[in-house]
Amino acid sequence: MKQMQCPLNGWRNIQEFAHGGEVVDEPDPNRCTDAEWAEYIFMEDNKAGLVKEWWCHVATAYWFIAERDTVKDEIVRTYDPSELFKERRDYTRPEALEGKS
Amino acid sequence: MPFGLIKYGLSSSYPGKRFLSAQPDLKSSYDVVIIGGGGHGLATAYHLARYHGIRNVAVFEKGYIGGGNTGRNTAIIRSNYLTPEGVAFYEESVSLYRQLSNELDYNILYSERGHFTLAHTDSAMRTSRWRAEVNKHLGVDSELVYRDDLARLIPQLNLSEDVRYPVLGALYHPPGAIARHDAVAWGYAGRATELGVEIHQGTTVTDIEVTDGRVTGVVTDRGTVACGTAVQAVAGMSSEVARLAGIKLPIRTIPLQACVSQPMKPSLDPIIVSGSLHVYISQSDRGEFVMGGSTDPYPRYQTTSSLDFIEGLMSHVLELLPHLSEVQILRQWAGMTDMTPDFAPVMGETPVENYYIDAGWGTWGFKATPVCGKRMAELLATRRVPSLIAPFRLSRFEDFSLVGEKGAASVGH
Repeated sequence: MKQMQCPLNGWRNIQEFAHGGEVVDEPDPNRCTDAEWAEYIFMEDNKAGLVKEWWCHVATAYWFIAERDTVKDEIVRTYDPSELFKERRDYTRPEALEGKS
Repeated sequence: MPFGLIKYGLSSSYPGKRFLSAQPDLKSSYDVVIIGGGGHGLATAYHLARYHGIRNVAVFEKGYIGGGNTGRNTAIIRSNYLTPEGVAFYEESVSLYRQLSNELDYNILYSERGHFTLAHTDSAMRTSRWRAEVNKHLGVDSELVYRDDLARLIPQLNLSEDVRYPVLGALYHPPGAIARHDAVAWGYAGRATELGVEIHQGTTVTDIEVTDGRVTGVVTDRGTVACGTAVQAVAGMSSEVARLAGIKLPIRTIPLQACVSQPMKPSLDPIIVSGSLHVYISQSDRGEFVMGGSTDPYPRYQTTSSLDFIEGLMSHVLELLPHLSEVQILRQWAGMTDMTPDFAPVMGETPVENYYIDAGWGTWGFKATPVCGKRMAELLATRRVPSLIAPFRLSRFEDFSLVGEKGAASVGH
């Protein structure tokens, strides 16, 4: 059985994890164009090689980042998202858009 | 006849007709370059040469023809889809498949078996009824059947209520068929080369030259060729090849595993599918039970098999068909599927003017081979998108006009 090292729970069977898709920057939904939003929603790099992805340890609902090789099926590194995301995303209404919606 | 055989046997040269003409050197330029020598690419080449008089065509295949996902699927052909766009499209494919052996003068072992999609839940029964009504409206033979019908039509099926997922009914599609998938690729290849198409096996496309939004050349490991039009039909590697032309696709490459049993005497006529149990099974003409499941849990560019898969699949197969419990598994393999967000293909025009795409064939590509060949050839020859494939355009992901086939495309999604 293939295993993955969860940053929270250690080595676990791969079946305990759910794949969550590529790590991509979310465009600002208030300012981006429809095309930019569509690309964010649907398009994939889908690289043959090294990728950086969201994964979830389902039993503990813990989301983390995994870097892996999609050709060799090797997990290179897993780490807590705090390594990439230093602060919470700001979802308050931007001043410029106040009163417009 | 005996004399002919003796003459054949004693001849010092090879007197038989070569199936494919010897592979020529690359020309400097082609009217159409087709990247990918699987069923779709070869069918497109055949239709261009046969029906549109375009014979200066090259097919570039990295490995050997039909050696990719054309030879890795479970060869099921049906048209009982969910959306009107999908049903019309696959129905044309079924009608082309029915006469394909004659068309190609090559036996593809097309075998109509009847196709059952088992329903184990209320929601699956509801979707089955929905599909049956859409199908019938569009002239496709499709019907919701119940437990008593199933007991009569598939006597081997375990209809016990004392199992984890009892069978409630099924969507029955009598025209559902299987065929020899390699033969489909070989038949198209043989006829296409007779008409002048060049098939270059062992030829990898390494780059696509795009200038001012037009493809000007295709670079291969055997040299660069100029082309009027190029099309990619490389299921499994679609994103990587499209990237060469600067195009991004809504596709994830995910392996799909399948297996066959040892050959047995004919004992299972219909094709049985269960979406809830993630199983499909049919018996091929040479007696092997062909079984497949759902796609693997995460994307990979790999065709390795796993024990997890076979264990999971067999637990469900044996719940449906307990009499197979002593049958040995002969071999196991995987293909790479292009999974799209709406479980429908991506075909037609791209942002690059003379570059066309035939991708996103997930788990539903083999059954679409003839219609793809016909309609992609029409598109390449006329530069107008045939209405039958218009709904599957790449740009549907820019204006959110998706074609939701999730309920009918395959299993376990």
